[in-house]
Amino acid sequence: MTSRRTFLQSSAAAAAALATSAWPARAENAPGITDTEIKFGQTEAYSGPASAYGVIGKTEAAYFKMINEMGGVNGRKINFISLDDAYSPPKTVEQTRRLVEQEQVAFIFNGLGTAPNVAVRDYLNQTKIPQLFVATGAATFGDPQHFPWTMGYQPNYQTESKIFGKHILASKPDAKVAILFQNDGFGKDYLAGVKEGLGADHAGMVVKEVSYENGEPTVDSQIVTLQGSGADVFVIAATPKYAAQAIRKSYDVGWNAVRYLTDVSVSIAAVLKPAGLDKAKGLITAAYAKDATDAIWKDDPGLKAFADFIGKYGTANDLRDTNAAYGFNAAILMVEVLKRCGNDLSRENIMRQAANIKDLELPMLLPGVKINTSADNFYPIRSMQLAQFDGENWKNFGDLITA
Amino acid sequence: MVSLTNLGWLLIAVIALALPVFASGYHLYQFSQVLIYAIALLGLNLLTGFNGQISLGHGAFFAIGGYGTAILITKFGVPYWAAIPISSLVCFGAGFLFGFPALRLGGLYLALATFALAVAAPQILSYKGFDNFTGGSQGLQMPKPHAPFGIPLNVDQWIYVVCLICAAALFLVAINLVNGRVGRALIAIRDHPIAAETMGVNAALYKTTCFGVSALFAGVAGGLSAVAVGFVSPDSFGLVLSLSFLVGIVVGGLASISGMIFGALFIEFVPNYADQLSVYFGEGAKALPGAIYGLLLILIMAVAPSGVAGVIRAAVRRLLDAARS
Amino acid sequence: MEFLHQFASGLALGGIYAIMALALVMIYQATQLVNFAQGEMAMFSTYLAWQMIDSGQPYWLAFIVTVLISFVGGMGIERIVVRPFAKAPILASVIVFIGLSFIFNALAGWLYGYSIQSFDTPFNGRPWFGNVYMSAHESGSVLVTFVVLALVYAFFRFTPLGLALRASAQNPVSARLVGVRVGWMLAMGWGLAAAIGAVAGMMAAPIVYLDPNMMGGILLYAFAGAVLGGIDNPWGAVVGGFVVGVMENIVGAYLVGAEVKLSVALVIIIGVLVVKPSGLFGRRIVARV
Repeated sequence: MTSRRTFLQSSAAAAAALATSAWPARAENAPGITDTEIKFGQTEAYSGPASAYGVIGKTEAAYFKMINEMGGVNGRKINFISLDDAYSPPKTVEQTRRLVEQEQVAFIFNGLGTAPNVAVRDYLNQTKIPQLFVATGAATFGDPQHFPWTMGYQPNYQTESKIFGKHILASKPDAKVAILFQNDGFGKDYLAGVKEGLGADHAGMVVKEVSYENGEPTVDSQIVTLQGSGADVFVIAATPKYAAQAIRKSYDVGWNAVRYLTDVSVSIAAVLKPAGLDKAKGLITAAYAKDATDAIWKDDPGLKAFADFIGKYGTANDLRDTNAAYGFNAAILMVEVLKRCGNDLSRENIMRQAANIKDLELPMLLPGVKINTSADNFYPIRSMQLAQFDGENWKNFGDLITA
Repeated sequence: MVSLTNLGWLLIAVIALALPVFASGYHLYQFSQVLIYAIALLGLNLLTGFNGQISLGHGAFFAIGGYGTAILITKFGVPYWAAIPISSLVCFGAGFLFGFPALRLGGLYLALATFALAVAAPQILSYKGFDNFTGGSQGLQMPKPHAPFGIPLNVDQWIYVVCLICAAALFLVAINLVNGRVGRALIAIRDHPIAAETMGVNAALYKTTCFGVSALFAGVAGGLSAVAVGFVSPDSFGLVLSLSFLVGIVVGGLASISGMIFGALFIEFVPNYADQLSVYFGEGAKALPGAIYGLLLILIMAVAPSGVAGVIRAAVRRLLDAARS
Repeated sequence: MEFLHQFASGLALGGIYAIMALALVMIYQATQLVNFAQGEMAMFSTYLAWQMIDSGQPYWLAFIVTVLISFVGGMGIERIVVRPFAKAPILASVIVFIGLSFIFNALAGWLYGYSIQSFDTPFNGRPWFGNVYMSAHESGSVLVTFVVLALVYAFFRFTPLGLALRASAQNPVSARLVGVRVGWMLAMGWGLAAAIGAVAGMMAAPIVYLDPNMMGGILLYAFAGAVLGGIDNPWGAVVGGFVVGVMENIVGAYLVGAEVKLSVALVIIIGVLVVKPSGLFGRRIVARV
């Protein structure tokens, strides 16, 4: 005796199956999915040393709330459960298991951190639960062969730093390169990427590489050391606070190097202004997202959408916080994937839709940078644009580079 | 005539054994963590509560145990039931060695030295020279252990059972230590070091050995944790861990063995509750759990400065007095 | 002259460690306790100053008001939060301090967000004496360290109130017998420490940028400095702060490389302590058996 609900589900699923005709028989809706609700979860760093990233989760929650107020996704409201793991992998395992086993979520979205995501990757793949759009640039998360349920999101750090390396090689082949990097996965990936971009036979170009710990008061001493190496190219692989210190100090000590800055620290209001706009002149970066505080986007509809959203659902601080723009973009992507699932919200279909995106644009992505995924490409964003800071805005130059 | 203390232990044992029947999956994982923390807290309590040496750095020994176990399992193919004891012996050695300079440092200075250890540990773990062994910042992954000899327990239940066996064994060891000559010597050294020496207690030997033993406990806990989580990375062993251990032994009750179970329950579950409480402050209050946790710490200290064990002891005493009169 | 440069920038930061170390020593001398929350309190004070400056107040007004608020706040914390635990085991107080530091940190994150803010400095313009190794602010902040030290010294040595504070710290029973309100002296000690901490925070923020996690690393080095110099000796603590600041830079730049400089600096301190357990300038306590 089929209840009305299962009948509806099966006909919807049949319709979906016809629409995506390449795929076989229907699957059950995932746990956490009801007629009225889509429940999914996230682990985020709201406390501890990485708590600055908590804004991502906060922004995403606000965005989903807005979507719910506008009617939800295909008639269903979003129930987004974001738990704190304090960037500690054992806690991530615990919270993820809680989300999956107790809260019965359909999937995990935009979990933060390399180590935390690695810690739960096996578990989620074994239980066939989508680990979507992980919030980290580590290169290891776009591997559909081994981890078919895990998908990355942002361009990985090695992609960006390779672009730097190649650009250095092309524009200044006899350069002496100094690198400041954070002593963790992010920084070390950068270091490796720059060297890869330069190429093994140019490895000698890197004359000094110095690291710093997240939590140290200042990197001034490191800058002095790097300057002392006589380098004329300086790559800054640092998070906002340390990037600002590095930019200011490298100017103050009169070091005339060509400076490359990671796009993690690209915000004008949050990084360049504190460093000193005149001191930041000449910085080169490879970006994929719009900086909400760059006046160049004043009349841009994407920025307007973001600003409107923050006006109603965020705080003034959020406008200048790159993490808020990041969360905004990611949340829009997630809603789009859910929309495309239609009425088939099985985990298989959610994964399928996520892996089947062609040229999707998001409001806060740079023009030309589009989301693309396929069965063997689990890196949604692979394009970056070189830009240089002229004292007021980031000015794009060169072509869009797609890795 | 069964003493009240023994009844208490019996009750705890019964609950612990019954848990796998009622709790499953994620909850059992949490209780395994409680057992793991209880072992670590017990070790720290031996050193700080019974012997008066304040250590803010037991997270480092926990880390050595965890990484030692992980490296043995992943790089050398040692099975987990051998890897954990081996790495805990390494911890004993490390603790014992650390005990020597610790002899010279009293109270606050020792606290600082061990604090330095806790802060330095993640940095040393991610040192690039060790990357081949430690997996660098990506960490090391291990497969989870399955029940041997076809015992019908799933992975979560088996891990819980292993933790329970280790915890029971180590708690028995600790109880025996504390109630015997060794315990009396440790307490004497804590309270009246000079008198103890004149009575012929070799303070130096006891103190360094106590450091070693307490490090061994932390190492076992770390190894079990590595196996239970299936993953280790430098991020798993930050300063907050060492501070949590301190919070745990004080909230549980210094120099109380049974109190460590409450301490472990506290540090495992209360941060989660702080998380849930903060929801009442609105969406923007995601940062607040820290403040709520801090407030809870202060309130608990106000209500129970001798820890939960102290409260229970006082309550039991009042009950017995009431019963007698 | 890279070495001189490292040395100079070590001095600048060392001055800030020295001020914080002074605050730590003040509370230690009065209560035998180390206030783990000192850094977070200083950070919070700095945010208060920032808020005033951001809303248009002149720097000096904000500076003075912040120092005053911190003084009163410190006294309040002592009376309300710390005093009840005076009779409890030492570790209970330690837990309370840990709790306080969580509270201040989370409050700052909630109220002000986690983006860095720049913080004004009163020392603008050209580097002093044409010194290319230190910015004007860095030189100014070293000067402030010495001014604070001098003021604190003068206060304790030459004023009746300072005398009463010292008496309460060294011998509370006798002090009470002579009519000193020991309880209030303790509170004042906390107030002073909080005020000094606020100054440290306002000197640090222009160098390291203001964010809720600003003081964590600084407090660690301040501890190290205080212990190195001798936790019961204010002069020693200040010297210790400068030594740690310079050593951190030199070790990291020339000896072992930045990725283990934290560990090495701390190992050196432990080494000193093993050789000289009460610190470089601390008093050796000889106990009667």
